[in-house]
Amino acid sequence: MMLRVFVPRDAGALAVGADEVATALQQAAVARQIDLELVRTGSRGLYWLEPLVEVGTSEGRVGFGPMAPADAASVLDAALGADGLHPLQLGFTEHIPWLKRQTRLTFARCGIVDPLTVEDYRAHGGLRGLERALSLGPDATIEEVVQSGLRGRGGAGFPTGIKWRTVAQTAATQKYIVCNADEGDSGTFADRMIMEGDPFVLIEGMVIAGIAVGATRGYVYIRSEYPHAIATMTAALAAARRAGVLGAQVAGSPYAFDIEVRAGAGAYVCGEETSLLESIEGRRGIVRAKPPLPAHKGLFGRPTVINNVLSLASVPIVLADGAARYRDFGMGRSRGTMPIQLAGNVKHGGLFETAFGITLDELVDDVGGGTASGRPVRAVQVGGPLGAYFSRALFDTPFDYEAFAARDGLIGHGGIVVFDDTVDMAKQARFAMEFCALESCGKCTPCRIGSTRGVETIDRIIRGENRAENLTILEDLCHTMKFGSLCALGGFTPYPVISALTHFPEDFGPRPTPGPRASRPLSQSAGETPAVPG
Amino acid sequence: MQQVPDYEAWSAGRASEIVSQHVSLDGPLLPLLQALQETFGFVPEAAIVMVAEALNLSRAEVHGVATFYHDFRREPYGRHVLKFCRAEACQAAGGDALAAHAQARLGVPLGTTALDGTVTLEPVYCLGLCATAPSAMIDGRVIGRLDQQRLDAVVAEVQR
Repeated sequence: MMLRVFVPRDAGALAVGADEVATALQQAAVARQIDLELVRTGSRGLYWLEPLVEVGTSEGRVGFGPMAPADAASVLDAALGADGLHPLQLGFTEHIPWLKRQTRLTFARCGIVDPLTVEDYRAHGGLRGLERALSLGPDATIEEVVQSGLRGRGGAGFPTGIKWRTVAQTAATQKYIVCNADEGDSGTFADRMIMEGDPFVLIEGMVIAGIAVGATRGYVYIRSEYPHAIATMTAALAAARRAGVLGAQVAGSPYAFDIEVRAGAGAYVCGEETSLLESIEGRRGIVRAKPPLPAHKGLFGRPTVINNVLSLASVPIVLADGAARYRDFGMGRSRGTMPIQLAGNVKHGGLFETAFGITLDELVDDVGGGTASGRPVRAVQVGGPLGAYFSRALFDTPFDYEAFAARDGLIGHGGIVVFDDTVDMAKQARFAMEFCALESCGKCTPCRIGSTRGVETIDRIIRGENRAENLTILEDLCHTMKFGSLCALGGFTPYPVISALTHFPEDFGPRPTPGPRASRPLSQSAGETPAVPG
Repeated sequence: MQQVPDYEAWSAGRASEIVSQHVSLDGPLLPLLQALQETFGFVPEAAIVMVAEALNLSRAEVHGVATFYHDFRREPYGRHVLKFCRAEACQAAGGDALAAHAQARLGVPLGTTALDGTVTLEPVYCLGLCATAPSAMIDGRVIGRLDQQRLDAVVAEVQR
């Protein structure tokens, strides 16, 4: 009797016991004299069901979860039984509504393939994008990325194709492709999932970028908090070299390209692109003033494409199926799909890839199922530690770069952290300033000093000292940080602070003088928003 | 429980071996400091001097890098390292109370090492396990859906 069983090796699954479940399955198989083929995959992203074990059948994979080691024997018995019934049985994984209603383009293979086998990658549609890019040639490849409407998924939303074109048009003997995998925003894990679950799609995206702009070397800068991603990417690069996807003649073409992994060292600010380049070069992660743009003078002073993991991992699908198909998803100027991450106090947390345009209430109530604690949802923070807090009154906002900006928010890297009604928003506002103070690179004054003064001022407000006066000072300070900081760390820290003040004023104590506030709205000069780290 | 790393005692010979393995990299400083820390458990002052000489940098420059990044340790850590995620997703899921519980049980404030050298408690800002929050990491092993019961088991393991 032969049985093929899939168990994730994703860090999120390991954290809730996937390895222990895998061991228990193997022991149960030995006891039953079953020939068990255990395949370790990435995660499907349905984290509330992890460890989610799948059993291969002729009609598809049947899911069981969330599994504990003690369930292994009974699950194997059920899988071998006539009806396959078991209390943890979820039916065909593909038919689970949470997964079925998604549009998986970037994450099409994640959780399905063995992340370290190039042949498995190819069998599931991998490398078609690279083949098409090679037949199109560099210029047409860039044009295809431009036409797809793909925008930087790291947070800033800059058109990826335009960035590539700039690098392609800059003459140099050496150019670089740098992948920003410094996914530091709380509530985000999509980059980690791709690197652990489908690393070849990122490698393929980087190779395509290299051929398109004339770069021969790439770096993936992965944060040190992701040891599993670092290990999987490193192993995947070796496998790609063996398969000829990387090397002196990429996929048999005349183009050369190779990639190296660099680990971060615990600095959040290194998610900011220029600070990341400094870090690879071996210096403190101090933000560079722009211009020059990295596209002109980037890594080691050479023209450099620096893109987020998800941007690069979306390139193969754009090339494989054509720009038009990708562009057909989405709304307004937000084209394609966004891997949205539901996190924090949420019942059904995980990765939900869908076309832009889905509203916040659909995401939080319908997809997320409300809070894990069962209490009412009071607030969400979208876009990481630099993203705004939204109250329920704003839950009709569609997931779209411009729609969020219009409400003084940002989608950032697509993370949504859900809070129930026990949250203290003054404490959250204070944390935003505290985190900025902790992680500031120190180069510019508004960020370095403003964040510490911000913590002190919020403390005074919380203690009830000269509340009206201190609220004015805080708003003024936020304004200075937003418009005077060099990068998004100082520039966007005001978003969570001001949004908490605006949407949850009751948490900051009674306002002594009711009436309109004298503050200037943050959106006053929107359009000059700096790039967001991570 | 994960294998506790067995660090080597400082040796200038071993260190210069590591240095020579890394000098040919483009931008060698971070990978080099990481390799030294992986071997010795921290980056001692003697290593800073050696690296500065090998890379033709000033001691101030190497010191600047070694102190800018949260990861680099200037002194040895405890035998176990327990990291608590203190970022927003874990805050939303009750992580603060668990971190407070661990500090009280171990008598070690976050960001410090126990006097007997058994354990170092550290904050970390996001392990990317935000859909199975709250999360922590013990000696490199990730833990999700942390609750008091699981935490008490970790504390007992650390104290053994």
